[in-house]
Amino acid sequence: MIAFIENLGESALNIFEKLGRGVVFFINALAGFPALILRFTLVIQQLYAVGVLSLIIIGVAGFFVGMVLGLQGYNTLIDFGAEESLGVVVALTLVRELGPVVSALLYAGRAGSALTAEIGLMKATEQLSAMEMMAVDPMHRVIAPRLLAGIIAVPLLAALFSAVGVMGGYFVGVGLVGVDEGTFWSQMQDSVDIYDDVLNGVIKSIVFGIVVTWIAVFEGYDTVPTSEGVSRATTRTVVHGSLAVLGLDFVLTALMFGD
Amino acid sequence: MQHTKMVHLWVGLFVAIGIASLFMLAMRVSNITAFAETEGYQLTLNFDNIGGLKVRSPVTMAGVVIGRVSEISFDKEIYEAEVKVTIENQYDNIPEDTSASIFTSGLLGEQYIGLEAGGSDTFLKQGDRFKLTQSAVVLEQLIGQFLVSKASE
Amino acid sequence: MVDSQSSASRESSSGDDKPLVEIRGLTFYRGSRAIFDNIDIDIHRGKLTAIMGPSGTGKTTLLRLIGGQLRPHAGTILVDGESVTKLSYKQLYQLRKRIGMLFQNGALFTHQNVFDNVAFALREHTKLPESMIRDIVLMKLEAVGLRGAHQLMPVELSGGMSRRVALARAIALDPMMMMYDEPFTGQDPITMGVLVSLLRRLNDALHLTSILVSHDVKETLSIADYAYVISEGKVVEHGTADALKNTQSDWVKQFLNGLSDGPVPFHYPAGDLYEDLLNGGKS
Repeated sequence: MIAFIENLGESALNIFEKLGRGVVFFINALAGFPALILRFTLVIQQLYAVGVLSLIIIGVAGFFVGMVLGLQGYNTLIDFGAEESLGVVVALTLVRELGPVVSALLYAGRAGSALTAEIGLMKATEQLSAMEMMAVDPMHRVIAPRLLAGIIAVPLLAALFSAVGVMGGYFVGVGLVGVDEGTFWSQMQDSVDIYDDVLNGVIKSIVFGIVVTWIAVFEGYDTVPTSEGVSRATTRTVVHGSLAVLGLDFVLTALMFGD
Repeated sequence: MQHTKMVHLWVGLFVAIGIASLFMLAMRVSNITAFAETEGYQLTLNFDNIGGLKVRSPVTMAGVVIGRVSEISFDKEIYEAEVKVTIENQYDNIPEDTSASIFTSGLLGEQYIGLEAGGSDTFLKQGDRFKLTQSAVVLEQLIGQFLVSKASE
Repeated sequence: MVDSQSSASRESSSGDDKPLVEIRGLTFYRGSRAIFDNIDIDIHRGKLTAIMGPSGTGKTTLLRLIGGQLRPHAGTILVDGESVTKLSYKQLYQLRKRIGMLFQNGALFTHQNVFDNVAFALREHTKLPESMIRDIVLMKLEAVGLRGAHQLMPVELSGGMSRRVALARAIALDPMMMMYDEPFTGQDPITMGVLVSLLRRLNDALHLTSILVSHDVKETLSIADYAYVISEGKVVEHGTADALKNTQSDWVKQFLNGLSDGPVPFHYPAGDLYEDLLNGGKS
């Protein structure tokens, strides 16, 4: 029993210690942001890695999610004779929830894990140490551009996801099951509020972008420099990143749409 | 160098696609015109019951949106709801005996304020109060009345 | 800018005989184990000094301490008169520009080709035009004999070539001091021979001060001007290569000649074998 409580205390301390390191790490990385303005090429290279290479998975996933929403929404709404609200259902679900959340989850799996593995391997092969000994701070040269690129990329990916999703819903709703095109769009425009829905969705995705990328680069930097350590860190990025997204989504939803 | 150029091209494309998506969400999915706070003048209405009326609900006349609800509060002196609406400046000729009612779009849709123009020559201006208002129809009351009238037949 | 700095330091150094690196009372713990226990080491200017010792004695740790990547628990480390432990972030990074380090496996940036690897520090720290960077990089690569390989990616290189590229990268900024971490480990005899002579030639041609950490005794002693032997956190012997060969210490004899048994036991400390076997599962 005492051993159990001891274990509990130890893991709690470990968690807090890691959290503390993470916060210090984040602040150090932020300190590297101003210098990036002069060397934006570094950020562009990372935008390619986290953004461009995630385009296809985000686009395809968004389209299918939109189509499913269109079909499910239609089947449910037709029971109440409210199928003209299909556009509203599809758009609100995507813009408020699925766009930011699913794209952040996909981003954690596609780009976050790659970030962790890359940085972890750079650490394991002493590339980060070598950089330090060449008087280049890896926090500024390696971490900061990746963090910034992630923060820029995720909201754009989420917007793309929602937009493609709406088109998927339109394709099914208007194209396949025959909801009137005019009502589809006009009902949507009437009910979707640019401030309450669209902007809040964008804020969500910015928060997710910061948190997931932060977790990814921190796990990479904090890796135990062995092949096992890198694989564990990569797993942790996906698991912790996804859980953080879902947990934060609840908190943000409660804050934004609570009243 | 060739490689760097391709990277820049793709990233440019990526950012363009992202911004285009945001633009589409703003313009096509939601209604950007509703976002811009239109210049307007305020009028006040009192209702016994506002039902599901919300801030930013539309105010229509002959079905056309001419303003939006800007504030809802409870007047504890007279136990009524006080609704402030902002009417766009271009509609500055609403007669003072205009009546306002709360309607529902469709059976379960959003509620809005519908205005029916009166015949007076004097128009409402900033800060004025409507004299004729009709409360929201509450579905339960309607069903109750229907049942009572059925029973008395 | 970098050039003027390092040449200035060289000029200032020519007058006095103070060692370039002066380590006094260095103590460093990893967990509760003392990696270094109050050791003193001097690295003299222009000399190639070897630090030798069995695996796990923290030779790499020593280089990291000198480079300021780790902080000692006690003691001072002076590099060119500056105390590494007391430097600010900026000063430490200024100092590192004058120190080159060769990591055990080269630690090349795997996403960049050989040319970009060598050019890395030049592009980060200087505002030289690309054409001049090209000239410098090719000269450094020529010095390690790999000018022809400048378009290759690190994965296409053999272990020995990677180390030579890393060497070219480390000397790109014309450092005053080079630190080599186990440069000979896992190399075939030919590569080893190439690296050994390269290290010596670079030290003399570029007027470097070199610290060579290794447990390859024969190769190391063949080029080192001076050597320290470290074991269990202590300096057990130091002197020139010849002096070491005539050591009185049994332990150093065993280490230098690679005998399998001697003061260093073959067995890791353990309880009685018979008892251990009888105990079965309950350890």
